[in-house]
Amino acid sequence: MLTAIWVMVAIAVVIGLVLGWSAIRFKVEGNPLAEKIDAILPQTQCGQCGFPGCRPYAEAIARGEADINQCPPGGEEGVKKLAELLGVEPKALDESHGTPKPKSVAFIDENTCIGCTLCIQACPVDAISGAAKQMHTIIAAECTGCELCLPPCPVDCITMVPIAEDLPHWKWKAPVVMLKKVS
Amino acid sequence: MSRTLFSFKGGVHPPGHKAESNTRPVHAAPLPKKLVIPLRQHIGTPAKPVVEVGERVLKGQLIGAADGYISAAVHASSSGVVSAIGPAVVPHASGLPDECITIETDGRDEWIAHAPLDYRTMTPADLRLRLRDLGLAGLGGAVFPSAVKLDPGATHPCPTLIVNGGECEPWITCDDVLMRTHADDILQGVAVMRHLLGSTEILVGIEDNKPEALDSMRSAAAKLDFAVEVVAVPAIYPGGGAKQLIETLTGKQVPSGKLSTDIGIQVFNVGTAHALARAVHHGEPLISRLVTVTGHVLRPQNVEVLIGTPMHALITLAGDREGTTGVLMGGPMMGMPMPDPEVPVVKATNCILVQSNELFPPLPKALPCIRCTRCADACPAVLQPQELFRFAKAGDFGRAQEYSLFDCIECGCCSYVCPSHIPLVDFYRYAKSEIWAREKEKRASDLARERHEFRQFRLEREKKEKAEKLAAKAQAKRAELAADPSASGAPDADAKKALIAAALARAQAKKAGVEPKNVDHLPPDKQHEIEEIEARRAKIRALARQPLEPEENP
Repeated sequence: MLTAIWVMVAIAVVIGLVLGWSAIRFKVEGNPLAEKIDAILPQTQCGQCGFPGCRPYAEAIARGEADINQCPPGGEEGVKKLAELLGVEPKALDESHGTPKPKSVAFIDENTCIGCTLCIQACPVDAISGAAKQMHTIIAAECTGCELCLPPCPVDCITMVPIAEDLPHWKWKAPVVMLKKVS
Repeated sequence: MSRTLFSFKGGVHPPGHKAESNTRPVHAAPLPKKLVIPLRQHIGTPAKPVVEVGERVLKGQLIGAADGYISAAVHASSSGVVSAIGPAVVPHASGLPDECITIETDGRDEWIAHAPLDYRTMTPADLRLRLRDLGLAGLGGAVFPSAVKLDPGATHPCPTLIVNGGECEPWITCDDVLMRTHADDILQGVAVMRHLLGSTEILVGIEDNKPEALDSMRSAAAKLDFAVEVVAVPAIYPGGGAKQLIETLTGKQVPSGKLSTDIGIQVFNVGTAHALARAVHHGEPLISRLVTVTGHVLRPQNVEVLIGTPMHALITLAGDREGTTGVLMGGPMMGMPMPDPEVPVVKATNCILVQSNELFPPLPKALPCIRCTRCADACPAVLQPQELFRFAKAGDFGRAQEYSLFDCIECGCCSYVCPSHIPLVDFYRYAKSEIWAREKEKRASDLARERHEFRQFRLEREKKEKAEKLAAKAQAKRAELAADPSASGAPDADAKKALIAAALARAQAKKAGVEPKNVDHLPPDKQHEIEEIEARRAKIRALARQPLEPEENP
């Protein structure tokens, strides 16, 4: 009887030590769920969700403080992917956070720009080049289309230009197969 | 001489329709009034225009320079004046316009000065650069810049060079006719390839339905000072596909996701070899090619065509007929429907196939997939087309990729044998382009994330640096005070007081010096008002000079 108890205690101590050691040794930095959510978000960094960027929104979702339908650039497809990841029912996009728009990039009218650098400070991805009293221009390849540069511009010289479909970006459309009616 | 041949899995035997076009002699197509030369004719970066609108150009003059390593130049196909540089409809399934240079020809067809290259004395790197600037690209259909393919690199020796004269696709005969008429030139090009790649074994694979081409190539090969083995391979579609021809000739399979160079084999089309010979021995850039014009025309034939010639002109030359329903660039299996018969001939144009309802009846309506796996039997890439179809249709692209979607060569065998007439290849093209688009999107979002995180880091760093700088300054000041109390003690305070007093005195003097203006002829009521204000002001000043009451300053 006593031997059995000692054996059980010994096993418990060994397992406890192993678990304790592995809790320190294999500690996961950060929230892995937030990482996964962040990977689905479109990284527009527009803040339309009410959080200062995609990462804080992902963390808020992971903590259960934000809903999955607050990201207009991600669209319905993004909501669906988040729902799939989190094992919840997909829902319609929350209109109060904005509606999805066609993908665009900002364009600075260089004749009107006064070089005030306000848009440079607003850009979340540093996609505007320029300096004080120098003309600014958008690095189109790095612009996420977040529209955060529009409100600070004192001369309204920034417009959003939708990305036109051209040859390198053209996609084969999903084939529409005419199915024959089988009576 | 006889070589053990292997066979690849799958393949189909569609009717050849070769005899229609390969019996007529080859002519040069008449010079069109307008040449439209796209800047993106090859895989890789499009060429950059180096001419301006209104400039006169000569035949063979560089008009678009190669931009980067994987790129090729484009040249004026005839002499004339550049009339436009901008978007025009190009031969592409999308029907979208792309950057083109339009030349109004002057009919003189005047050549720019050109000279042969002495390729044996040039360094391989220089020679490749010259070939890139002469616009050399694969003429078999993929239009990959040849200069890149001719670079064996340090890691990929290519002991085997295969020259592809398979031409397995029905209706097309341009390679057949080229081998019959220009066998010597082709082999001259092969000699240059051998020189660059250092190949020890050279094989020419020609399907056995082209006996004339086989004879002509064999007799030309016999004249060479190095061994070239001309091999007749069984005619089966797609036996002329690079990977299939490699397997037929060597028994080796190119591993999934790898290139043939990884197993020491490089493949070139016969047309490319011919163009290479023209470039090296005559210094001519790639400005024309042999094109089969066939199908629903009066005189199906092969024509030597300048790049940029509108397809419509060639159809007229071959005799257009009533009942034309469309134009394909390429053959019936892999060809692309053209958005407009006016699109120009490009380096990739091997065939212009005019369609009619009799020759190419519209596909019957599709039936559901019954999973008969006939497509899997026919697939030369050893894939499971029925599964790929299922995944592509459901939008499950990840699974499609797991089933090696990217090994699909889009040969069309599966669609050809499908008893339900499902356009399977369309589904694979759709799935592939969706996957590419998603990858591109993912790369863009990763970049945005990285840049955003770096910005956060930078702002944080700047804030910290500023705080540190201020702290260091304050520290320095304090240290200075501590080290030298005499300099900063009472005398310093006195000096400060003196400075303040001096500034006050200056301000007072300035204030006193200011005299009211325009007060000479004022009406008495105004004068009275001013006096009242002045009195109030004096009172306030007097009050301000008094020391503050203690209870007002707790």
